[in-house]
Parts: sequence; structure tokens; C-alpha cells
Amino acid sequence: MDWQGQKLAEQLMQLMLIAVSVIAFTTGYLMASFQMMILIYAGGVVLTTLVTVPNWPFFNRHPLKWLDPTELEKHPKPQPSLNTTSKKKSVKK
Amino acid sequence: MHSFGYRANALLTFSITILALMCAMASVSDNFNTPTTSAQVQVLNINWFQKQPNGNDEVSMTLNISADLQSLFTWNTKQVFVFLAAEYETPKNSLNQISLWDGIIPTKEHAKFWIHTSNKYRFIDQGSNLRGKEYNLTMHWHVMPKTGKMSADKIVMPGYRLPVEYR
Repeated sequence: MDWQGQKLAEQLMQLMLIAVSVIAFTTGYLMASFQMMILIYAGGVVLTTLVTVPNWPFFNRHPLKWLDPTELEKHPKPQPSLNTTSKKKSVKK
Repeated sequence: MHSFGYRANALLTFSITILALMCAMASVSDNFNTPTTSAQVQVLNINWFQKQPNGNDEVSMTLNISADLQSLFTWNTKQVFVFLAAEYETPKNSLNQISLWDGIIPTKEHAKFWIHTSNKYRFIDQGSNLRGKEYNLTMHWHVMPKTGKMSADKIVMPGYRLPVEYR
């Protein structure tokens, strides 16, 4: 899951749960049925889980663009000097 | 780190928080209900009225209890417990309460009822104070909601009197 996908998953999760809870509460209250409220909400939670928890392809539509490996060859990492390496080895011994 | 487990955990905690909030709102919504209840009790007969060997008075009576408690039920009510108590004053105790009958009402449909019964629990005074005693019959009820706080109320029906002589 890429960065945009993470944001989308989080917002989708919160939005869906709140929407479902509002629907469940009003339906339950109007039908005077506590059980109906719980059932609708449980269904909504399952649906939200299925939508936002697995790593679906639509969460991966903004892949990170890494630098080309040839760039690394052009700008090599600074190599540690021989002195420091020998010191480290002596410490270890 | 935004893994499967992280998302599942976030969803679980958030959904349970909302569920708690919904239950709290359901509990608050009970306050919009203003119940209007009624209850009548007739003492049809004093079956017997005697002094036990240990000196306590005991009465057996036949009651006709009718009540309409339907308005106590809201969508957040699990059940209602009702009991009928005889209440009277003695020189020693300012309030004596004796439960004569009780019942559990599971649904609104059962909340309007009438029962013809003798007292379910024995009406025994701790002493010999019952002859000619004036007493109240009080219908008490406890409402048990699905979520939230239990509440209780009662209807006092005054003006009953026991016979002056044992029989």
C-alpha cells in the first residue's frame, strides 16, 4: 500500500463507520428495534473491514518513483577511511 | 508501517468506540419517554388471617391485580420487573414492606395484564400488629434497559384495611 493508499484507507474507514453508525442508529430508533441497529452496524463493520483492511489494488495507484540505479553509480557513497576500519577491528578484537 | 494488522486494529478500536457512543445515545434517548402508567388492585377475599404459634400475624388473601405498564417500554428496554408490596406502619417500624407478588414483563405486549391470584409470598408481620391495620398496596417496578441505567418507580394505592378479628 502506497502513501496515498494509506491516507485513502484511513479516511474511508472512518467515513464508512460513521455513516453506517448514523444509518444504524436512525433506523433502529425509527423502527424501535435495538437489534436492528446492532445488525446494521455489524454489517457495516464487516463491509468496512472488507473494503479497507486488505491491500486492494486501488490503494496502490501512486507508486513511489525511486531514483534510477545508475544515479547511484554516478554519485557513489563516501567510503570509510582505512584508519577507522582498522580501529574498529582492533576494538572488536 | 501500514500493515494488514495495523489497519485491522485501527478499524476494531474505532468501530467499538462508535458502538459505545451509539449505546450511550440509545440510553439518552430513553429520557424522551415520559411514561403514563396505571395500576389497580382489588382485595377480593381474606382467605385466612391467624396468629402463628410464635406470635406473628399471617394473612392469606386473594388479589386481582391489573396494570398497564406499556408506556415504560422503549426500544432500549430489555424487561421490566414488577412487584406488589403491602406497606404499613407499626409502633416499632415506620415502614414495613412485604412483597406479595412479583413478575417479570419481557415485552411491551405483556405489559398490560390482569392477574387473579392469592399472595405469592407469605404476608407475615414481625409481631402481632395486623389486626385492623390500615395498609397501602404499592406497585413497584424496575426498568432494565438494554444499555444504560436502571430506573425504578411506583404507584401507591392507599386505603386498604385488614379485618379486626382473626379468621
